[in-house]
Formats: sequence, C-alpha cells, structure tokens
Amino acid sequence: MTVVVKCAGVGRTYPGPPPVDALQPADLTINRGEYVSIVGPSGSGKSTLLNIIGLIDRPTSGHYILDGVDVASLKEADRTALRGQRIGFVFQSFHLLPHRTAVENVALAQLYVGPKARQRFLNAAEALAKVGLSHRAFKMPNTLSGGERQRVAIARALVNQPALLLCDEPTGNLDSATSSMILDILDQMHADGYTIVIITHAPDVAERADRIITVRDGVLHV
Amino acid sequence: MSRRSRLSLRDLFSEALSGLLQRPGRSMLTMLGTVLGIGSFVAILGLTSTAAGQIDKRFTELAATEVRVEDVGADRVSHEMSFPMDAHDRVMAIDGVVTAGLLWPLPLRNPTMSAVPGMGASDEGLSLHAADPGALEAAGPVVASGRLYDAFHEGRAERVAVVGAAVARRLGIQRLESQPAIFLNGTPFTVIGIVSDLRRLPDLLLSVIIPTATALALYGPPIEHPATMLIETRLGAARVVADQVSIALRPDAPNRLKATAPPDPRSLRGNIAGDLNALFLLLASISLVIGAIGIANTTFVSVLERTAEIGIRRSLGARPRHIAAQFLSESAILGTLGGVIGSALGVIAVVAVAVLKSWTAVLDPATTLAAPLAGTIVGVAAGLYPGLRAARIEPIEALRQ
Repeated sequence: MTVVVKCAGVGRTYPGPPPVDALQPADLTINRGEYVSIVGPSGSGKSTLLNIIGLIDRPTSGHYILDGVDVASLKEADRTALRGQRIGFVFQSFHLLPHRTAVENVALAQLYVGPKARQRFLNAAEALAKVGLSHRAFKMPNTLSGGERQRVAIARALVNQPALLLCDEPTGNLDSATSSMILDILDQMHADGYTIVIITHAPDVAERADRIITVRDGVLHV
Repeated sequence: MSRRSRLSLRDLFSEALSGLLQRPGRSMLTMLGTVLGIGSFVAILGLTSTAAGQIDKRFTELAATEVRVEDVGADRVSHEMSFPMDAHDRVMAIDGVVTAGLLWPLPLRNPTMSAVPGMGASDEGLSLHAADPGALEAAGPVVASGRLYDAFHEGRAERVAVVGAAVARRLGIQRLESQPAIFLNGTPFTVIGIVSDLRRLPDLLLSVIIPTATALALYGPPIEHPATMLIETRLGAARVVADQVSIALRPDAPNRLKATAPPDPRSLRGNIAGDLNALFLLLASISLVIGAIGIANTTFVSVLERTAEIGIRRSLGARPRHIAAQFLSESAILGTLGGVIGSALGVIAVVAVAVLKSWTAVLDPATTLAAPLAGTIVGVAAGLYPGLRAARIEPIEALRQ
C-alpha cells in the first residue's frame, strides 16, 4: 500500500514572545485511498496540521514526506509546484473568483500547471461533470447556490487529479441537506480512489471517514 | 518530482485583462490620469510644432520667392542710377521671375502733403516713394479700394498715386469715386487706389506711392537714396535668379548692382516659443506623474481586495513571481491603454485646432509614436510596488478568513 502522507515528529512552534506550540511533534501516516477526518475544537491545532500537510506552512521540527517526496529539502518553487499539482484544496468559504464562470474557476487550477487553454477548458468541463454541474458551467459564482459553489470548488480541487484532497470544513457554510450532498460527492471520490483528509467540527461529518484523528491542545490522538 | 509552475505570456496577458475587465469602470477612471498626461504631451508638442510650422511657412513662402537688387554704384557725377531704362524687360526675360520692378524713396526734403491745395505742412510720419507697376505687384498688395496703376500710367508718366489705408485716413480720403487729389509740394496727384497691405513692403504702407516715370520726370533719378529692384520669383527659383540678375541688367558693369537672395529656409526654422513649450511640458509631466500615482493607488487597493484570490492562486501552484507579474501586467496594460487613448486624443486635438485655423498639422512621428510606450512605462513603474507587495502575501494569511 502506498503512503501519501508520512509525518515523522512533525511539529510547529510559532515564534514568540512567548513561543506557542501550535502542534506538538507528532507522527502521522495516511495511505493512498484513505478517507481521514481530523476533529478538534477551534484553536486545537488542526488547521496548523492541515496547512503543513497542504504545504502552505512549514513544520519547525520533524520530517514530512508527501507522495514520496521529502518536502523539507525542497526549494520554495518546487514546494509551490508540488502544492499545485499533488494537492487539491476545498475551503469552507469556497474561495471562487467572483468574476469568472464556474468552468473558468475550475480551469484556473491548471493555469500554472501546463496545459493549453483549450485543454484546460476541456479538463474543467469534465471535472464539473463529475460533480454533476455541467449545466451550470457558464454561470457566475454569485448566481450559484452554496452547494453548487462548493461543488465547483471540489471540481477545481479534482481537476489536477491530486494525490491528496484536503477539505477544510467543507460543509461549514452549508445547511444539512446540502452538506449531505457534498459528503455524498466526497464518498464518491473516495470510492474512485482519491485520498481525502477532511477537517470538521461536526461529529456526523467526521463519522463518514474511515479513520478519525482528534487534535486537542496541539496533541494528535491517532 | 513535479515540474515547476509556469505561466505562459498569453495566459498572463489574458489573466491580467480579465482582472481589469472585472471592474471596467474603475479601470477607466484609473486610466484617466495617464490619458490626460499623455494626451497633453502629444497635444502640446503637436500644437507647438504645428504653430511653428505655420510661422515658418508663411515667412519662408514670402522670403523664399523674393530677390532684391540694390544699386550700389549710383553715380553722383553723371547723375544716373545703375539700373538701365529697360530694367523691367531685362529682368522679366530671366526664367523663374514672376514680376519685378524698381522702387525708391523720393528725393524730396520736407515735402508738404495735403488733400487741399495750398495748405499742408510736412508730415513726419508719412513718406513718399516711387515704384513702377511691377514693383507694386511684386510687393504683394491687397487693394482695399480703387485700383493700382499700370503700364499705361507709367508709360505716360501720369500723376497718379496709390496710398496705404492709414495714409488715406490721415489725409481724409474716404471715397475714390470723386477722384480725390493730394498735393505734394503743391503738385496734384490723383489717388486711384488704397491698399490695406503690402506683404513684401510693409513699411510702404505709410507712404504715398507714385509711378517711377512720373517721379523721374518731376524729381530726377534716385542718387542719394538709391533705387531697389524687387523681384518676385517662382518658388525655388530665387537663388538662381539672384545669381543671374546683375549680369542680365548690367552686362557691362554687373558689380554696380548687388542682388540679395533669400536665406536658406532651414536656418529660419526652430526655437519659436521654446520657453512656453517647456512650461506646458512641465505641466504635462506633472499630470503624468499624477496618472502614475493613480494607477499605483488603484493597483494597490486591488491587491488588498484580492488577497483571497492571491491565496487561491498560490494554493493552485502560482509562484510569487506569477502573482507579481499578473498585477504588473494589469498596471502595464492600463498604462498602455491610457497612452494609446491619450495619444489619439492628443492627435485629434492637434488636427482639430489645425482644421479650425486652416493650418497644416505637424506631428513629429518620434514623439507621437513613442507616447503609448511612455504610457506603458508609466504603468509598469506604477505597478512595481503593488506587484511586489502582492508577491509577498503568504497563502496561509490570504486564505484565513
């Protein structure tokens, strides 16, 4: 079984004064195809963990190997490329560009990766079809419902076929019916073989995952 | 290992463009400063060069077709002028001559001049000249009323006179139908024409002008104040005519005459209103700087507004340089568009003024074509700081909400 995320003694201390240990050194392994949820109260350090796993933040201790690449030894440009190509982000507040159509927002994920504009468009249309939004492809985000926006964001996260799908409170801004639809889509992606890490407050959301990791006061309880 | 992120120029351009188009109103307003700055630059440079071109053109058109021949060998002993009696015919035979004629100030001391016989004191401001019909024509006259005298009057040495409009007013002559006379030292002359302008001889506008034959018969040849021949040539012929005219007139003694050709027109061009120009250009520069500050300000605000977008792009693999390039391109496009629109408006202004004034618009291609480029430079300079600021935004901060 291939390991996608391997953390060995990964910790994060924010420099003071006084220094804050946001994340105590911890070990974590996530295999390909796993569906993992990370739960914990706010301020517990789960966002710090997500940022480190997502290559948005650097750990202050330990080693982190993403999809076989030791991230600590990488230059910033290579980390950025790795982030763009191997990780798909889904955010609580969707983070779509307001003046671009749904399909343009999805295509944006490949802007810095390499395909030509036409190919980007085709890939984006295909990703939108996967989340069932082909009929809304040319709508502006402000004409879409919250659930539709999050599905566009999921399509954007999937279009590069990332090694890891990182979802930060993906249902935090949605009502329960819409949440359940989004979670169904994530289940579908899990069934397709994607590796998914989801951060959430909600126990019912966390329970849909294979494995639940709890973070409390910066300490990981695997 | 992943391939490093990249962004093709085409994609960069289209991203920058859609960044601008998502707020078209703001983009237009931002452009305004550059439009005004570049526009006034082009307009000021164009208007001054157009105006200078007109002044030069009028000056050179008259001057370039004018040759004067001075009598430098008037003989006090034999009491003869150097010009032969058939001077007019000899000069007219030279190719390129349009009209030509002799003129001289009359050798009268303190002449009395009056519109009423027996009266009149010497009038300091007015002068008396003899000019043959050819000289009168070559002077570029504008006849206000009546007519000029011609070969008929000249041939019969008629006592007729043409006066400038100011002279007519001072002598109380208003209408020519009654054939008014003026008396020069008591000799009557019929005023047959009033001229409002003599473009080549403006100093003769304050003069009473009579035919040369009349002047010779009454007052003798001009010795103390020698005669001058005024020649109007075809455009471009003046220098050639000047070279030939002395020999054509006096093949036996060409050095008694001195022909003056017009100066080289190119040496006449230039430095008209140079100081005023500099002041206006300073104002245009200030407006350009204000334009640049406007672009910098708007780009900076847009960087702050679009922090989330920057975070998204960074999480999608954009490197800091891609972010910087995007905002820099946006401001460069704004500057270039402003430059293009400004240049166009400037050119339109110059052409409109030229049309209204019936001038020929003169635009220096070097400045006009470089103006949009100046807009680009302004845009790039203005986008530098906001672009670098945008590049320094960390995705972790940008995505936190």
